[in-house]
Amino acid sequence: MTNLKPIDVAIVGSGWTGLAVAKELLSRTSLSVLALERGAPRATADYAMDMDELDYAIRLRMMQNIAEETITHRHSPRDPSVPVRQYGSFHPGTGVGGSGEHWTGICFRFLPDIFTLRTHMTEKHGAARLPADLAVRDWGVTYEDLEPHYWYTEQLMGVSGKAGNVRGKLIDGGNIFESPRANEYPTPPLKHSYVSHMFEEASRKLGYHPYPTPSANLSENFTNPDGISRPGCAYCGHCTRFGCMIGAKAQPTNTLLPVLRKHKSFQLRTGSWVRRIVHENGRATGVQFTDASGEEFFQPAETVILASFTLNNVRLLYLSKIGTPYDPAADKGSLGRNLTHQIQSAWRIFFDQPLNAFMGAGALGTRFSDYDGGIGLSGQDGLLRFGMMNAGSGGELPIGSFGAMPPGASKANWGGEWKAASLEWRDRVSSLGVVGEHLPYRHNYMDLDPTYTDKFGDPLLRFTVDWTEHENKQREFAYDLSAKIAPVMGAKIEPRRPQPARYNATQYQSTHIQGGAIMGTSPDTSVVNPYLQHWDVPNLWVVGASSFPQSGSGNPTLTAMAVTYRAVDAMIDKYLKHPGRLV
Amino acid sequence: MKRREFLTIPAGALGGTLLYTLAREPFRLQAQDGNVKVPLRFFTAGEARVIAAACERIFPSDSTGPGAKEAGVVIYIDRQLAGPYGADKYRYTKGPFVESVPEHGYQGQENPRDVYRQGIGKLGTGFDELPVEQQIQTLQSMENTHFFQLLRTHTIEGMFSDPMHGGNAGLIGWQLVGFPGPRMSYRQDIDQHFGTAFRPKPASLEQIMKRPGKPWEDEKA
Repeated sequence: MTNLKPIDVAIVGSGWTGLAVAKELLSRTSLSVLALERGAPRATADYAMDMDELDYAIRLRMMQNIAEETITHRHSPRDPSVPVRQYGSFHPGTGVGGSGEHWTGICFRFLPDIFTLRTHMTEKHGAARLPADLAVRDWGVTYEDLEPHYWYTEQLMGVSGKAGNVRGKLIDGGNIFESPRANEYPTPPLKHSYVSHMFEEASRKLGYHPYPTPSANLSENFTNPDGISRPGCAYCGHCTRFGCMIGAKAQPTNTLLPVLRKHKSFQLRTGSWVRRIVHENGRATGVQFTDASGEEFFQPAETVILASFTLNNVRLLYLSKIGTPYDPAADKGSLGRNLTHQIQSAWRIFFDQPLNAFMGAGALGTRFSDYDGGIGLSGQDGLLRFGMMNAGSGGELPIGSFGAMPPGASKANWGGEWKAASLEWRDRVSSLGVVGEHLPYRHNYMDLDPTYTDKFGDPLLRFTVDWTEHENKQREFAYDLSAKIAPVMGAKIEPRRPQPARYNATQYQSTHIQGGAIMGTSPDTSVVNPYLQHWDVPNLWVVGASSFPQSGSGNPTLTAMAVTYRAVDAMIDKYLKHPGRLV
Repeated sequence: MKRREFLTIPAGALGGTLLYTLAREPFRLQAQDGNVKVPLRFFTAGEARVIAAACERIFPSDSTGPGAKEAGVVIYIDRQLAGPYGADKYRYTKGPFVESVPEHGYQGQENPRDVYRQGIGKLGTGFDELPVEQQIQTLQSMENTHFFQLLRTHTIEGMFSDPMHGGNAGLIGWQLVGFPGPRMSYRQDIDQHFGTAFRPKPASLEQIMKRPGKPWEDEKA
């Protein structure tokens, strides 16, 4: 193993949170910063030749190579775990920018009650009415603490949207149920597509309060406070699973990296796979990594920031033997607990007329939040939390969308009859559904697999997760709402009321896996304090969505950034002056 | 050294321009004659003929328009199998291999190349010479196999992927479904054409970008 020259700060991962931390440290301190990235370099110029559905949306060319490392899954501790051999329910990215390169660009803030959900749900429903193994928490941070950091992130990205609540003043056309914001969005909403327009009209007619989905795909040219200019979206329909070829979608490589490149004390080392955080006597001394040629290195560092994807943050803590593994039977320990995976369920809706659905943008859509969080729900029927109803136009590509038709339109799913029906229904199918909260439970957690290993022979991360009665209720409620909206849009919905289902590792859910290294106010039940500093190793910070005790209904990126920015402020303003535990 | 294998196809069978008669019947205009010899990367010529026939049953050329034959789907599949995908370079293939619940997907040890070789064995070497009805019956009896599911998926991919991957010859698949290809901008169109078909002329990635694409299958497996 080669020992490298010591550095002040080593950051594991160069996605949104890793590069955000790097930029703050470099612009506000004189520290030397190294970001270690196991994937390849990326740049906007690479992306124009990537507008290829097969290689990018189907073969998933931007994702981590699953042959080298995957996770295993089991539905309960009674079942054997098996490896997820091909990507299905989530798509972790790799390379500079991480999943922030191929994300959809949907930019929600979480509702205020998410951050105090244990208190909120106990007050609203009474402790006795909550599911016995419900693991909801108060985070130790409030929405008010995060509001300036949300705004800072929205300015970084230039988020396009329409505010519905500015300092308590409700504004028609925005989301009147959203958390109060100090400012209107940096840029106005994206244009409507036909589908988002029809959904807006229909939900308004039904008495709901529709609003445009906030988007990191810019509606117009925008220059952010760092002086970085990006163009408005071209609606080419290649967002999710693609990098943006014109840089209209905010990505770490087109917002943070150009600023970082100007700092001489910043280094970015690609092809460097961090295998362990090295520590002794309660202090991280650096990181051990293997480069693309297989050579091993030790990088000494004064401070280590773990800023990779949720899965890898949790796994590296396990492999490095930092913290106390969670024991679900005894409900003791912290590492790996509160695994959540945002709920997304949608149903096909069928129109008489063509939709021109090949046009679109990842976040182009309309939503309503009349049942978001606990809004409008009594909880009497066991439905405690829900989410946002949603329809939009992300851009339908021809392989993925071929063959969508109403049930019964063809007996077989191949051959002449099937081909004729597929052609008859092409471009007349859209979808409608919910994006909602996944509550945490004691039985959903992560630990190391006893059998399967990665390319180096290190144990894989194991998921123990299944859906419960509550998620089934959420899906039923979403279907009933969808069935009410579709006919008002002039569409027929597929007659498929949801049946109780088990977690399916083969069906895309979202890449919004959260928890496992959660924040909290007690070292006995959380991995990091509310400043994302590790309780046991104070010069180790574990940032991003691994710190969320529960999922919000909104997509997690903005909140992952907000808690990370709050952590960096504390690091710079307090910790660096007096290194030690902040709480 | 392995003898180089070729698939010989009448040029007039591939690609072309899709037009519609006044009665909205699809009509394919193709002026090419002679044969094209396509070098095969994975299949033998005999295997390629079997797969081409099976794809044609899955996505037939018929009165609703061209199908797998005109798109050159078998060429697409041949390249995929020869490349990293065929060798499972991007699937987790460490053991132990165990049977599991459907929610865990395909757990087998065989890579797509193995699955195709076994599947072709089951179809039989003379499959392409069987009467159409018999071909359909043979495939129906295999509908629930992993091989058939892969073949069906790959047939759709070969119909509608960018032509740099070997299928969708002459953009015939995109013409069939009215997909315009990876066009750079719909800024002026996204909020127009509500309820009426907007169908820009299809163009491939290489036509739009004016430089050669880098399909993943060309990477060394």
